[in-house]
Amino acid sequence: MQDFAESFSLAFGLVLAADADLLEIIGLSLRVSLSAVLISCALGLPLGAAVAMGHFPGRHALIVLLNALMGLPPVVVGLLVYLMLSNAGPFGWLQLLYTPTAMIIAQSILITPIVAALSREVLEQLHDEYDEQFRSLCLPPHIAVAALLWDARYSLLTVALAGFGRAIAEVGAVIIVGGNIAHLTRVMTTAIALETSKGDLALALALGIVLITMALSVNAAVMGLRASAARQAYA
Amino acid sequence: MSANLAETMPRLLPLAVEGLGYEVRGARLIDAIDLRLEDPGVTVVMGPNGAGAGRLRWNGAVVDQAVRSRQALVFQRPVLLRRSVRANVEFVLRLRPGERHQTAMHWLEHVGLADVAERPARRLSGGEQQRLAMARSLALEPEVLLMDEPTASLDPASVATIESLVDEARQLGTKVVFVTHDIGQARRLADDVVFLHRGRLMEHTAAATFFNEPASSAARDYLAGRLVL
Repeated sequence: MQDFAESFSLAFGLVLAADADLLEIIGLSLRVSLSAVLISCALGLPLGAAVAMGHFPGRHALIVLLNALMGLPPVVVGLLVYLMLSNAGPFGWLQLLYTPTAMIIAQSILITPIVAALSREVLEQLHDEYDEQFRSLCLPPHIAVAALLWDARYSLLTVALAGFGRAIAEVGAVIIVGGNIAHLTRVMTTAIALETSKGDLALALALGIVLITMALSVNAAVMGLRASAARQAYA
Repeated sequence: MSANLAETMPRLLPLAVEGLGYEVRGARLIDAIDLRLEDPGVTVVMGPNGAGAGRLRWNGAVVDQAVRSRQALVFQRPVLLRRSVRANVEFVLRLRPGERHQTAMHWLEHVGLADVAERPARRLSGGEQQRLAMARSLALEPEVLLMDEPTASLDPASVATIESLVDEARQLGTKVVFVTHDIGQARRLADDVVFLHRGRLMEHTAAATFFNEPASSAARDYLAGRLVL
């Protein structure tokens, strides 16, 4: 218990002092995970919409696959990206291994199936509701898709949030492709892993508290937004 | 309603339906119906519940894309976008060239919803939602307005409003096809009646003829308030 009390005061101390190293780590964590969320939304939302609205052979299998891929183990994704990006791999010439870009790639692969699978579910429900009306209006497909995405925007925000939560919290992928290099690829989770293995449990716990606080704030902000939308009956 | 709007309405074409069928998972609900709907006026499609009237849809195979873009549908339960009242009308106006904001407000005024234009559409009462669905359909200035039991779950005041809107649309020259199970409503609205029973067309006559001298025994029983199975 002494660890906890010490860690809380240490965490507050670190945040209040705006410790430069800590801010750098938080900044990189946010940069990597938010970029991964943007990329996976750019890929996952159209994919989710296509599966939700489309009729094509293998659709059901694709849904099963997407749902299964939601549980991709981060270390496996990290390993695969490592193999691709290592000097012996097909993309070795890009020299991306142990850079933030590699971490963004790995996290994007990790959470694109989450965004696709969850948005598919959200959009399919809305599509079922709107479909007859849209067909009676002879809406061109691109307008129909845009309308679905827009009307589902608050639910899709929660979907993106689920992806963000997964990305910011994972350590397995970023530590393999990033390497936890100080001032270059060290993020919250890899720093916590490092401090723990060094035995500095108080610092590790303090970082953990900061990480949890960050995740809570982002969640609270999005949920607040969604609740106000629900009050307006837009959600 | 402005007079010039009536003049700009496209001329109606008689609507011919040949061999219309409708199947849901192999169950044939509408069977080989041949029908010719002449303009103008309100055609009421009716029949005992389950006869198929409430299931009537204008199948894409029968009515092609070009025709469909000149008709508008109002469903029993309005499907409104998760947007403001005005945005719901503006959304369909996007399918037509021209200014949207003023036009949307014009149609909202027409159905008496101008003062709630900025409210979320899904916060409206059932009657108001159906009026919004009407405004949205009328804004398309359709040649044919298809209404599938639009007042089935509404209070009498809302029913009266919808019926007067139908009447105004008719006066503007819009062909209205109105599906209902309500005999009183059919009497109030119909210029001609299409009577369906067991998915088959039993009669299609002028309203006066249908209500005074129904030809089929099913229609006689139905109008007399007897159960028609």
